Amino acid sequence: MSELIVKDKDIVVPGEILAVGMDFLPAGGAYREGEQIVASQLGLVNISNRLIKLIPLTGKYLPKKGDTVIGKVVTMTFSNWFIDIGCQNEGVMSLRDTSEFIDKGADLSQFYNFGDVVVAKISKVTRGAIDLTMREPGLRKLTPGKLVKVTPSKVPRIIGKEGSMITMIKDKTGCKIIVGQNGVIWIQGTPEAEMLAYQAINLIQEKAHMEGLTDEVSKFLEKAKGG
Amino acid sequence: MAYKKRFDGRKIEELRPMEAKTGVIKRADGSAMFKIGKTVAIAAVYGPRELHPKFLQNPETGILRCNYNMMAFSGSGERVRPGPSRRSKEISMVTEKALRSVLDLRKFPNAVIDVYIELIQTDSGTRCAGICAAAMALADAGIPMKDLVSAVAVGVIDGSVCVDVTKEEEDYESGMGDIPIAILPRTGEVTLLQLDGEITPDELKKAVELGVKSCKQIYEIQKKALKERFTRESK
Repeated sequence: MSELIVKDKDIVVPGEILAVGMDFLPAGGAYREGEQIVASQLGLVNISNRLIKLIPLTGKYLPKKGDTVIGKVVTMTFSNWFIDIGCQNEGVMSLRDTSEFIDKGADLSQFYNFGDVVVAKISKVTRGAIDLTMREPGLRKLTPGKLVKVTPSKVPRIIGKEGSMITMIKDKTGCKIIVGQNGVIWIQGTPEAEMLAYQAINLIQEKAHMEGLTDEVSKFLEKAKGG
Repeated sequence: MAYKKRFDGRKIEELRPMEAKTGVIKRADGSAMFKIGKTVAIAAVYGPRELHPKFLQNPETGILRCNYNMMAFSGSGERVRPGPSRRSKEISMVTEKALRSVLDLRKFPNAVIDVYIELIQTDSGTRCAGICAAAMALADAGIPMKDLVSAVAVGVIDGSVCVDVTKEEEDYESGMGDIPIAILPRTGEVTLLQLDGEITPDELKKAVELGVKSCKQIYEIQKKALKERFTRESK
């Protein structure tokens, strides 16, 4: 006989018992110990049929292959740029992974200098190294704008279902926005519009686990524009 | 004369009033404050981040590094000499050992998780308050852990076993034993057990039993504080 101890969308702390019995399966953020399923992270419970999963509420970004990230150039060598993407190791981008044509012996700081912010994609993750590439459409050096940092686990809410949330914010504020999976968001527009987009993102961050968020953000933006 | 009535009027099994809060340090990856009576501990967690110097790195697993520090103005008597001392180094080590068993750091090879514990006000039971705060800060930093850790100091004063002793009781003239205990609240496993002073085997048994019981009360406070932050943000 299996019994569920927590409800869907409950907040749990490490070590809390989620369910008892063999009918449930632990997924990310939970583990099995004998008969019990126990939480191993601070997170929000997500139950789908027999699977119990935790959505982390805090924590650093864990790099995954194929993620688009925004980072800052921190180090340069003869053939590589090292880019800080907010996790344990820096991302490495080699010369041939850029979209530009680079002459032999050229000064690398001409292309990407220290402190430059770039959008890149993770091409490979191995132990202790994260390879980045910029050889894809849309990946580039960013021009001046506003950078906002959010908890990486809240990025899916900011993007919304099939990008519904972010498209709505883009349309209503008239800003250009790029969301990195590592929780860094780049906004560019007029100063007022940038501020508005920033407030909308903050609103999403605060209410990330509530339903009907798209409507609420839409109402917020309408009101701010009207007033 | 046996010690029956406690100096601050508490019962033998009664803890001092507690307070806990998470997210107290903005720039840290995880942080927490734990206050028990007049003792206040603040813990900050940074990481997982790259470990330097490089020769300390372990390619199989990440490592935990704890630093316990009593601030110069924290004591109730003389000024505490700043900087590491023999005492603070030892407490850093036992704290690290008490916390390490709940963490699984194999996911973070070559990395370090730094825990800084600062005591801004002290009145006995500092290492226990430090461990409680550090466990909450680790959970707040989103690091995978088996369980939280709760800790309390049990004292044997003149033959009577008292929980959560104060400085006043520690200095009791006819001698006492001081036993800091840290447990994993769900399973009751002990991760820290020290003994200072002289006590009988029977008293030790009683003290551990009482400590485990009290730790479960502390656990409830820790749990509430961790959850509170996110329910408050959602309003």
